[in-house]
Amino acid sequence: MEAVKKVEGKAYPWGAKNIDTDIIIPAHWLKTISREGLGRGAFESVRAQPGNIFDDPAYAGSPILIAGDNFGCGSSREHAAWALADMGIKAVIAPSYSDIFSGNAFKNGIVAVVLPQEAIDRLVEVAKTDAVTIDLETMTVTTPFQDRFAFEMDPFRRDCLMQGLDEVGLTLARDTAISKYESSAAESRPWLVRESSNAGVAVEAGGRT
Amino acid sequence: MASKPLTLYEKIWAAHVVERRDDGTCLIYIDRHLVHEVTSPQAFEGLRMAGRRVRRPDLTLAVPDHNLPTTARIDAAGNRLPIADIESAQQLAALERNVAEFGIDYFGATAPEQGIVHVVGPEQGFTLPGTTLVCGDSHTSAHGALGALAFGIGTSEVEHVLATQTLLLKQSKTMEIRVDGTLGYGVSAKDVVLAIIGKTGAAGGTGYVVEYTGDVIRDLSVEGRLTVSNMSIEGGARSGLIAPDETTYAYLKGRPMAPQGENWDRALAWWRTLPTDAGAQYDKVVQLHASDISPSLTWGTSPEDVVPITGVVPDPESFADPAKRIAAQKSLDYMGLTPGTRMQDIAVENIFIGSCTNSRIEDLRAAASVVKGRHVADGVRQALIVPGSGLVKRQAEAEGLDRIFTEAGFEWREPGCSMCLAMNPDKVPPGERCASTSNRNFVGRQGPGARTHLVSPAMAAAAAVTGKLTDVRDLMGAQ
Ligand code: SF4
Repeated sequence: MEAVKKVEGKAYPWGAKNIDTDIIIPAHWLKTISREGLGRGAFESVRAQPGNIFDDPAYAGSPILIAGDNFGCGSSREHAAWALADMGIKAVIAPSYSDIFSGNAFKNGIVAVVLPQEAIDRLVEVAKTDAVTIDLETMTVTTPFQDRFAFEMDPFRRDCLMQGLDEVGLTLARDTAISKYESSAAESRPWLVRESSNAGVAVEAGGRT
Repeated sequence: MASKPLTLYEKIWAAHVVERRDDGTCLIYIDRHLVHEVTSPQAFEGLRMAGRRVRRPDLTLAVPDHNLPTTARIDAAGNRLPIADIESAQQLAALERNVAEFGIDYFGATAPEQGIVHVVGPEQGFTLPGTTLVCGDSHTSAHGALGALAFGIGTSEVEHVLATQTLLLKQSKTMEIRVDGTLGYGVSAKDVVLAIIGKTGAAGGTGYVVEYTGDVIRDLSVEGRLTVSNMSIEGGARSGLIAPDETTYAYLKGRPMAPQGENWDRALAWWRTLPTDAGAQYDKVVQLHASDISPSLTWGTSPEDVVPITGVVPDPESFADPAKRIAAQKSLDYMGLTPGTRMQDIAVENIFIGSCTNSRIEDLRAAASVVKGRHVADGVRQALIVPGSGLVKRQAEAEGLDRIFTEAGFEWREPGCSMCLAMNPDKVPPGERCASTSNRNFVGRQGPGARTHLVSPAMAAAAAVTGKLTDVRDLMGAQ
């Protein structure tokens, strides 16, 4: 995963509340086989409306999305995070998120910043014309107008984001412990080790269901 | 000093801790990983992007099920037939590519062993007592029937397991669901689990690992136990365990992927130590008695909306909880039902006998025994029998069950998830009603606007031949 220390640039000044994962990526996009390309389906129902912010050239390609309370509620689909990442969003700023969404965002390197509603209101105003900066080092969101909003973040998640460590990478770093467990399990429960390539071979107990 | 008595769950957990962190999170080793086409493509893509391999391909088994059409898969000349839906075809092709690239055992679309992951795992002896087993699918809870700690995971976790063969988990609370007594005439495992969810509610098990105990569970076959554990997730619990016993061992012995010879003996000796110790404490205990369980079905759009077949559509006003009252009204509107209607007066146009809940040989036998000598009623437009695996299908054919069904006017299909979820061509048309042996009666689950009543295989068969929801006991033994 790419390390993120700072996200700066234009932001979609949206501020909408209770945006569920169905709005972020509708169910009919779930039959894909890739994380890529889901950006095309992101916010499809919003984009169907004329004058929506996602198709406004003023905000095209913004790396930041400013949203309202309870962002990412509803179904647990990880496609929501993939869709945001694919449309180029690297950070979301909102007063709160669903737990599952913030976990999924983190796993996909998207910074989910929590700020109070007043800050959101102010940022929505600023973002209509100017850029916003999220700095993980100083844990602040700033604007060209001397606004400075401090936020908090789980230190573990912050570290992972700043170093570009993903969960799989972190667990792989525990390889010695895993290998040790494997050899002791192979000794105490040897039947768990399977001979590979059973597939396609005639089934001995054929007919038993 | 005697060591503290432990539950089955605690014993399996303890045997799989690789590392414990300060916050109590544990790195848990995963013994068995089942993979299907829907939740795996992005996980393999993630591995590929990071240049990672599958740590233990030998502990991983892949089989397509969700998307696969259940119509013929090969033509008369033995050629594979294409899949019309482009996205389904792509997911299947991706799985085939991924298993080849990463060296994973695979039962392909035309393999005789192909079937629904949760039917294939136990049937092959891939699922074993005391193992940790995961799959990117919530009904993985089914495998708990054999005493495996089995639960569904998301795509990121699928990738994590593929790469590391572990998961980071916190230990769950435990709940015993005890069902004592002897089941009455015409009452099946499906009725037991519907009654349980009716009692505990769809969220009652949230945060818990359930263990089913009591005479009723002991007396069930492994097939019946799989039906019960399968629906644990509908009661909110990610896992639903049943202690392994002689029934379990007899079921597993000689299965292709089960241990053999000396390994079998060693495994058996360990499995016998697994059942919950006398005096072990569960965090919560729920009790039911067999005499309170009759052939049951759902009336609404949550699996907790359960009534006995002899009952009526409930009045939303009868619920004490205001939220439940509103939900019930919404359910009834969606289901097109009026309070007070006798369940047995409700006509159905579709019958689905299949899904990982009820598509094993015993389920087909139960349905066939009701269907035999009868015919699908005129008002029924679609009546599908979808065996859970190729082996179930062949076994049923060897017993002549397929002819009983086809002569009665049912369609005899190829194995897969089929009408359990609207992801393949088998769907319930909008506004139509289906007596279904699957596990979810959610809005739109069997197709947009579809109205689902969850029932046992025998009850689905009874509905098929009468054209309405029917008390199977009225048809049993009397022809
Ligand atoms: S049969 Fe239904 S519940 Fe079971 S795995 Fe398939 S889609 Fe899921």
